[in-house]
Amino acid sequence: MGIIKAIKLGFDYIKYGEDDKDNEKVRAIDGIDIDVEKGSVIAILGHNGSGKSTLAKHINALLLPSEGTMWVDGMDTKGEEDIWKIRQKAGMVFQNPDNQIVASVVEEDVGFGPENIGVPTKEIWERVDQALERVGMTKHRKKSPNRLSGGQKQRVAIAGVVAMRPDCIVLDESTAMLDPNGRKDVLDTVLDLNRKEGVTVIMITHYMEEVTRADFVYVMDSGKIVMQGTPREIFSQVEKLKSFHLDVPQITELAYELKKDGVDLPDGILTRDELVSALCGERTEE
Amino acid sequence: MLLELKNVSYTYNKDTSFAVNALENINLQISEGEFVGVIGHTGSGKSTLIQHFNGLMKPTDGQVLYMGEDIWQEKYDLQALRSGVGLVFQYPENQLFETDVLTDVMFGPKNQKLSPEECRERAVNALRRVGLKDKYFTASPFDLSGGQKRRVAIAGVLAMNPKVLILDEPTAGLDPHGRDEILGQIRKLRDEMGITIILVSHSMEDVAEYADRLIVVNDGKIAFDDTPKAVFAHYKELEAMGLAAPQITYLMHELKERGLDVDINAVTVSEAKKSIEKALAGRKKH
Repeated sequence: MGIIKAIKLGFDYIKYGEDDKDNEKVRAIDGIDIDVEKGSVIAILGHNGSGKSTLAKHINALLLPSEGTMWVDGMDTKGEEDIWKIRQKAGMVFQNPDNQIVASVVEEDVGFGPENIGVPTKEIWERVDQALERVGMTKHRKKSPNRLSGGQKQRVAIAGVVAMRPDCIVLDESTAMLDPNGRKDVLDTVLDLNRKEGVTVIMITHYMEEVTRADFVYVMDSGKIVMQGTPREIFSQVEKLKSFHLDVPQITELAYELKKDGVDLPDGILTRDELVSALCGERTEE
Repeated sequence: MLLELKNVSYTYNKDTSFAVNALENINLQISEGEFVGVIGHTGSGKSTLIQHFNGLMKPTDGQVLYMGEDIWQEKYDLQALRSGVGLVFQYPENQLFETDVLTDVMFGPKNQKLSPEECRERAVNALRRVGLKDKYFTASPFDLSGGQKRRVAIAGVLAMNPKVLILDEPTAGLDPHGRDEILGQIRKLRDEMGITIILVSHSMEDVAEYADRLIVVNDGKIAFDDTPKAVFAHYKELEAMGLAAPQITYLMHELKERGLDVDINAVTVSEAKKSIEKALAGRKKH
């Protein structure tokens, strides 16, 4: 079993009518099966309202399934006794940096999580030191978070998660409000955590260029998983992705358009290098 | 000239030890019917700049002119200016507040003291312009999807009949389809109604596709002001400013360097496709 596993996961939101009458059930996710291997980088794609965030909130038991089961490192999220262990295993970073910072000094914000689970003071500071170092924010540790840029705030939020020593980090559109530099910093930070410490990364994103860095991709539509595969497998199906209101990276789109016009190219080109090599031949060392 | 900035400077906390120059000696002219993109990294001064266009900020030096008149002269009607120059903030859906969509959009015209019938007509037209279906007019804005809410918020500004529409990152957080839809509708506002558009964006790909003029703000000054093609030709300087060119620009440069005779100034997928196909045809002849 992978670190995150779901079988036939379903969730209903209740839409309340007036005076609690005519309450309506709205199915947000339906029949989701996923199995995420420890240490991998997973991307979840889907248009606004496709159920991605609902799925993400199941991974650390912020939502509990109406149907089916979600396991985090073998623990059923419905079992109440494990809830704090689960939240420690799977940390979450949300979209808006301003909504997830609680303290008035960066280092205290990072220490907030460990303090809450009763880590001894000396160890809290060790964890804070390490976490800030991991995300490259050590030199800002004494600052007030409102003096930071959006990308820096998100890295503080990630440090707060890292200080909990999680096995898995879930990024729910954590780069959506950032400028291109901030986006790159945040992405590089989590991929580095993945590479060096084997942290499993699950990222929900609308930026197709970020998806190309994942090992495996799930595509959601109307609460269901409609496509899954490696980025190359997913992005070689341009028309199908567009039918789900999604897109492919510009380079992939260009390669697809050229191929349609008869240029001899392989399917599913993802990067600039691949396209240049395909058009000009492999670079020969001189 | 529709909008003009003459030697505009803005200093935060002027005459204190915390003084920061956000804008320095900006000279800028915007004519009717232009589609202007504004780019710059976080903290470059672009938000400060756009808030000068409709008198939300008063320059500490220099003049702002709307239709030839200095907006900071005595007895100038700033309220009329703000109807003429509409500003859509980032995440404008956070500003929706009425119980139904139509009433929310009518708020602006009501403040312009128009008759109820006229307010209604303006609101209906504005909502149709942004592509919201009639069946949603009576819905609560809070029941709509993210993309729909955003369109309602843009309609709220459109209903004031502005000559200029300034949008601060109107596509942040939207999925690719929602992004294309909103930008397409904004382009139509320009093409069909002649509304001047000023679009602040972090996406080089979007400004390359939609804007016909691109202003780059860096360190409170205007670094470039030209067609997107001409601006992106300076991609190395843009990188030094913490910006980048569209993916396509990099691709075209690499192809050229590898001996394929392509147009290095192509910035969109369709331009690149044409240029590459032409170059490939040329290569076959030799």
